[in-house]
Amino acid sequence: MLKIENLHARVEGKDILKGLSLTVNPGEVHAIMGPNGAGKSTLGNVLSGRDGYEVTEGSVMFQGRDLLALEPEERAAAGVFLAFQYPVEIPGVNNTYFLRAALNAQRKQRGEVELDSMQFLKLVREKLKVMQISDELLHRAVNEGFSGGEKKRNEIFQMAVLEPTLAILDETDSGLDIDALKQVAQGVNALRSADRSFLVITHYQRLLDYIEPDFVHVLADGRIVESGDKTLAHKLEEHGYAWVAEHDPALAGART
Amino acid sequence: MSQPAQTPFVESLLTAELPATGKGLAWLDASRREHLAAFVAAGLPDTRMEAWKYTALRALGQRRFLVGDAQAAMRPVDPASLVLPGVDGLQLVFVNGAFRADLSRIDSLPAGLSLQPLSQALERDAESLRFALTRPYREAGDAFARLNAALAADGVVLQVAAGTKITPPISMIFVGAAAEADLSWHVRNVIELGEGAELNLVEQHVASGEPSHLGTVVTDIVLRDDARLQHSVLQNAAEASTLIRRGSLQLSARAQASLHVLELGGALVRHDLQAELIGDQARLDTRGVFVLRGRQHVDTQLAIRHQARNTASESIWRGVADQRARGVFRGAIVVAEGADGSDANLSNKNLLLSAQAEIDTKPELEIYADEVKAAHGATIGQLDERAMFYLRSRGIPLAEARGILTAAFCRSVFESLPGEALREHVSTALIAHLP
Repeated sequence: MLKIENLHARVEGKDILKGLSLTVNPGEVHAIMGPNGAGKSTLGNVLSGRDGYEVTEGSVMFQGRDLLALEPEERAAAGVFLAFQYPVEIPGVNNTYFLRAALNAQRKQRGEVELDSMQFLKLVREKLKVMQISDELLHRAVNEGFSGGEKKRNEIFQMAVLEPTLAILDETDSGLDIDALKQVAQGVNALRSADRSFLVITHYQRLLDYIEPDFVHVLADGRIVESGDKTLAHKLEEHGYAWVAEHDPALAGART
Repeated sequence: MSQPAQTPFVESLLTAELPATGKGLAWLDASRREHLAAFVAAGLPDTRMEAWKYTALRALGQRRFLVGDAQAAMRPVDPASLVLPGVDGLQLVFVNGAFRADLSRIDSLPAGLSLQPLSQALERDAESLRFALTRPYREAGDAFARLNAALAADGVVLQVAAGTKITPPISMIFVGAAAEADLSWHVRNVIELGEGAELNLVEQHVASGEPSHLGTVVTDIVLRDDARLQHSVLQNAAEASTLIRRGSLQLSARAQASLHVLELGGALVRHDLQAELIGDQARLDTRGVFVLRGRQHVDTQLAIRHQARNTASESIWRGVADQRARGVFRGAIVVAEGADGSDANLSNKNLLLSAQAEIDTKPELEIYADEVKAAHGATIGQLDERAMFYLRSRGIPLAEARGILTAAFCRSVFESLPGEALREHVSTALIAHLP
C-alpha cells in the first residue's frame, strides 16, 4: 500500500529525513517512535504534502501512485489522512459544513456522487455513535474553543467520516490525559480493518498499550534504526532512546 | 477666475440636456442648472482632496458619456437576474436610470405606504420633494452629488406613515444594461420613515450584458422618532462599470437603522455614507464588505456623526482584495459636543489574497463629548497558511479552501442580515466572486 524508499527531506534548509525506508501493507498498524527532533512529525507532514518540506531524494509510492507528485487535497482524495498534532482552529467555519465540504470534495475528485445534506447527516450520526462523541461538537466552529481532548477526538471523528486507506496519527496522544487517550484509542481501534493501514507516530509507548501495533520502528536522526514487533516499544520504555543509540554504532557516531 | 482645463468627461456634459422628468418646474429647472454649472466649474475631484486621496479619477476624466438612455424601455433584462431568495414583494426596477414598470411590482400597496418612481412623484406632488431635491452641496468633493442633482431623471420615492410597519422586504433594483455607447445614468432616492414606522429595504445593483456605464445613485433617508430601518445592499454591477453611490441617513430620537452592504461588482466603485444621529438614543449599525478581484477599485467612505445624547453606532466592515484589486476604507466617527453618553465602535479588518492587491484603511475618531465609549481598530492580513493546509489535507481544493476561509472572515458582517435564505445567497455570491 505504502512504500517509502530512501526518503530525504529538508525543512528551512536543514536536512531532517536522511534515507528513511518503510513499507506498509493493507491492514497493518505501524508505530513510529523516536526522540524529539528525530523527524517523526516531518514524516507525517511530508506524506500529507505540507508546504515548506522539500524532498531532496527518494520516493513514496501509495497504491502504485507517486504520492509526492500530488497536491495535499489529491492525497486526501486518494485516501491519505493526517491526524494533526496541533489541529487548527478555524473560526467562522462550522464543523459540519467543513466536514461535508471535505467529504464531497473527495468524492468529487474520485468521480463519486456527492452526498446531499440528509445523506450526510445520516452518515455523521452513525459515526458519532461509533466514536461516542456528542453532536454538540458538530454545531461549533472547527476546533474553536475545543479542549485538547476534544480537538484530538474531532480529528479521529473526521477520520471516521472520511474513511481513509492510510491514516497517519501525528502524536495524537500528546497533551491527553489517560481518559481522553483511551477514548481516542477506542475510536482508532473501531476503525481498524483489513484494508485500512495506520502510521502511529508517537514519542511515548503509552498510546501503544491501547492501539496495539503490528510493527514498531525507531526513528532516529532521520532514519529508521530499529524495527520489531510491539515488544520493541516496551524495551524502549524501559531503556530509553539512548539504548537504541548504544545499540547502533553508526547512530552513536552521528549523535553526539 | 481661472478655471481648470475641462476634461473630456466634463466637456461631454456641457451640452447635456436636463432630464425631461419634472421639466418646467421653475425651482427644479433652476436647481438642476445651478448644480450642473457648479459641477462643470469645479470638475472632477482630484487626489489632493482628502476624501479622494486613494481614488484617482484621471482615467474617468478622459472618458465621455452620453447622459441618460432614450432606449431604456427597450433594453432586455432577464427577470431571473433580479430575483433574490426570500425577497418577492414590492419591487421597483430602473434600467440605466429609467423606471421600468414592466419589471416592477408596485400595485396594491399596504395602507400607510407610499411608493412610486420619482418621475411619477414629480407629476403628482412635486412640491413635497422640493426640499430634498434642492439640497445644496458645498464640499469640494461633492462633484458627483451635484452631477446627480442636475441630471437625476428618476429614482425611488418612498414614505412609510407614522406607526406603519412594513415587514416584507421592499426591493429597489438598479440595472446597468449594455447600450450602443457608454452612458451616464443618475438616480435619486428619497425615503422617509414616520414616527414608529418600520421598513425592510433591499437594494440591488445588477448588470444586463457588459456595459461600461457610469451610474450615480444618491439616496436620502430620514428616520423620525422610534422608526426602524433594515437596509441591505447587494452591489453586483457590471464588471467594467463605474458606480458612485452616496447615502445620507438621519436618525431622530430612538430611531434604529441597520445597514448591510456587499460590494462585489464594478470596475470603479465609490460609496459614501453620511449618517447623523440627531435624536437621543438613536442607534445605527453598519456592516459591510467588499470582495475584489482583477483590477477592481472600491472606495468606501463612512462618516457617522453622533449629535445627541446616548446615541450608539457599531460599524463592522471587512475588505478582501485578490489579484491586482485595490480597496479603500475610511471610517470617520465624530461624537459632537453635547452627545454625552454615546457609544461608538468601528472595526475594519482586511484580507489581502495576493501580493499585488492593496487595501488602504483609515479609521478616524473625533470625540468632543463626555462619558463616551468609543473604540476603533483596523487590520490588514493574509489567509492563515495553517488553516489553508488543514482544509486541503482534508481534500478541499485550494480555490475552495480560499473561498471557505474568506467567507468565514466576512461572516461577522452578515450574521445579522435579515433572512436566512438571503444570508446563504450572500455567502455563496461572495465565494463565487473570488477568482
